[in-house]
Amino acid sequence: MTPDVRRGAALAEEGRLPPERVALVDLLDRLLAGGVVVTGDLVLSIADIELVRISLRALIASVRGPDETQTEVDHGPSWS
Amino acid sequence: MTESGIYLYAVTSEAGDACLSVRGVLGAPVRKVGAADLAAYVSTVPLDQFGEEPLARLLEDLDWVGEVARAHHRVVEAVAEAGPTAPVRLVTVYSGEEQVRELLERRHDDFLAVLSRVAGRREWGVKAYVDPDAASRTAEGAAGRESSAGREATTGRTGAGPGTAYLQRRKENLHNRQDLWRQAVARAERLHAALGEIAVAGRRHRPQDPQLSGRREWMVLNGAYLVEEDRGAEFAAAVAAFREAASAAGPGEGAGMDVELTGPWAPYSFTAVELETEGGEGGAR
Repeated sequence: MTPDVRRGAALAEEGRLPPERVALVDLLDRLLAGGVVVTGDLVLSIADIELVRISLRALIASVRGPDETQTEVDHGPSWS
Repeated sequence: MTESGIYLYAVTSEAGDACLSVRGVLGAPVRKVGAADLAAYVSTVPLDQFGEEPLARLLEDLDWVGEVARAHHRVVEAVAEAGPTAPVRLVTVYSGEEQVRELLERRHDDFLAVLSRVAGRREWGVKAYVDPDAASRTAEGAAGRESSAGREATTGRTGAGPGTAYLQRRKENLHNRQDLWRQAVARAERLHAALGEIAVAGRRHRPQDPQLSGRREWMVLNGAYLVEEDRGAEFAAAVAAFREAASAAGPGEGAGMDVELTGPWAPYSFTAVELETEGGEGGAR
């Protein structure tokens, strides 16, 4: 038995992974592309995945540097 | 005074009566809204963050997104511990509990169908990476010896300069990388198919952005698998076996593939159904 098998078995038995040990990127895969999507009657929904993807793309671009494509995210600091 | 909304995390059958002590988004207490035999888990959020305009701005802030995502996940995990759970997509906000109750009533059958699909099953994540540089180094080792012998012969005969040889090598490297990519993709396909034999269902997410994952290797598989609870260990063993086979593979068969297992997760990737609730003139449509 390798450590991975044991680890997998232990986790399966335990039934969960502590939230703080979950990588954010793995979580976002699931939270942005999974789950029940409800439309209508809402104040607000991220059902429209594109909104989030566009925003995260802009975020990533801002990490990469200023020469990358700038989207029109300049709403100005209307409040903070 | 700040207006508030109702943030919806997950829906479950009321039989799984989770007693929630975890905190939700922004540290708010989580409560249960029941209707018929379903329960929704919600908390109150301020609309000065969860209104449309502020949200568009806040979604640029990875720290904010991360905190909301972790809070969402925390609640979903706590609910999922107690029984079959249908997580709701990140950031779904209603104006009041009454609307949430209406949702449960109107889409009752749809939620039951989702819940019965995931009952007794957990989601596992499997990611596979190939490091093209390490892989091409081993491939180059073999190819490099041949081409340097060839190059000397060529140089001797035609007097071609080192620039030509350099271009020749670059071309070979490029071919090597294309071959490596094709091999890696094919192996990822085999892994995905093999895991699909154990799983009830499988789904592939888009490869992760290296900026977010912090890994520069090629991500050739970002899979999610819905697995019966009592087959979790078998699934993990299959992943481990594949990883061992990959690391034992010699340079000729393509260099080692790194395979990572995550989970078990609440069944996020297998509850991605769209429920429309607009204009409910009595009853589901």
